[in-house]
Amino acid sequence: MALKLASIFFTMILVDNYVLAKFLGICPFLGVSKKLDSAVGMSLAVTFVMVVATAATWPIQMFLLTPTDAAGNLKWDMGYLQTIVFILIIAILVQLLENVLKKYIPALYKSLGVYLPLITTNCTILGVTILNIDNGYSFIEAIVCAAGAGIGFLVAMVLFSGVRRRVEQAVTPKCFEGLPITLVAAAITSLSFMGFGGIVESIFGV
Amino acid sequence: MDMILMAIVLVTVIGLIGAVILVAASIVMYVPVDERVEKITAVLAGANCGACGCAGCADYAKSIVEDGNAVNKCTPGGAACAAKVAEIMGVEAGSSVPMKAVVACSGTCEKTSKKYEFEGISSCQAVKGFYGGDGICKYGCLGYGDCVRACAFDAIHVDPKLCIAQVDREKCVGCGACAAACPNAVISIIPEHKRKPVVLCQNKDKGAQTRKDCTAGCIGCMKCAKACPKEAITVENNLARIDQDKCVGCQLCVKECPVGVIHPPKQ
Repeated sequence: MALKLASIFFTMILVDNYVLAKFLGICPFLGVSKKLDSAVGMSLAVTFVMVVATAATWPIQMFLLTPTDAAGNLKWDMGYLQTIVFILIIAILVQLLENVLKKYIPALYKSLGVYLPLITTNCTILGVTILNIDNGYSFIEAIVCAAGAGIGFLVAMVLFSGVRRRVEQAVTPKCFEGLPITLVAAAITSLSFMGFGGIVESIFGV
Repeated sequence: MDMILMAIVLVTVIGLIGAVILVAASIVMYVPVDERVEKITAVLAGANCGACGCAGCADYAKSIVEDGNAVNKCTPGGAACAAKVAEIMGVEAGSSVPMKAVVACSGTCEKTSKKYEFEGISSCQAVKGFYGGDGICKYGCLGYGDCVRACAFDAIHVDPKLCIAQVDREKCVGCGACAAACPNAVISIIPEHKRKPVVLCQNKDKGAQTRKDCTAGCIGCMKCAKACPKEAITVENNLARIDQDKCVGCQLCVKECPVGVIHPPKQ
């Protein structure tokens, strides 16, 4: 069990990294990776919301949208409502979280700042919650997977903010200045993560 | 038919429950906000430049209301902004002299030369790491534009003909981002005054050495200090410095300077 959880966790970080392998959440990846501290702030907020959103959407999927009886037969199937219901839940959660942080942990609220409302409709969050269901994970596995996906996002953001610093100091051809060279750099960073393919399976033997 | 009904009911119920929770949460966890903070944030310049020493305009507004910060620290907004903030807070505005950046170097490419050709990352910080910079004078403007990249207002540029940074005094708001970015500390933020001159040089070498390095370098000859009727000029480490508080703007030192490095900032 622990081995499987560890395998899921590290697979999400290295092999199935949401940004660099699944290409979700590209807009915060390009938008907020200019400075290291804001990249870390954004990633922590994303990780936090991912875990909370998974904890809330998994039971809703299992008990409301596609509930099964003891024999494993579907009682009813409203799986087609998944996207709209999940977005609704995530939006409510983020809003609620903002209120809670503002009242009880003002320091964290201040440091997350504008990133918290920004991730309401972030595709990585929705992606994690939906893919957790598609992969047939149990509740614990889904939570671990969400945490891994968040840490993977953090790793990608931190690495890329370093890459970007170097890119910005370099002299680039006029036609590549700004976003184009950033996208090229992102592609190469993503390519380097392809090298991790298979590493987790060989380490954990799962 | 029931499946459609059920779907509608399900989404509506989730939405309603969410709405109730959010409304309840916003009532239970209501955080009182002083309305003056929002009013002040609205009248500030909104540039988030950090010249006031706070993290942004909203942060400055908060510090005015909660910590009694001074109302005239918004340099981009100037006196008009200070007056509005003072009105909201119900206090006197105090004077707000605009602050502007000055590049204290006159060593254009004609006046000084380079000791080696630099090939690499185009940044003052990088050049500075190689034998203290590529200029013969190790104190002056390096001209690789770290200040240009630091400026959020497009107010400072490196003129390719002059090879040193030039401040656009119309656009400059005196936030000090360029001064912080300059590895040679040639940029200083001083109160804007049309007649008060500044010494546009940072060279602390002995006069003879300075003369060899740059034809527009302060040689520490003391002529300006002797000419000044208000004793506002002191020469320390072979470099003249003008005390802006004592200076009355008579400009006698400008005429006296044999190397011509004392000027009022270019308008």
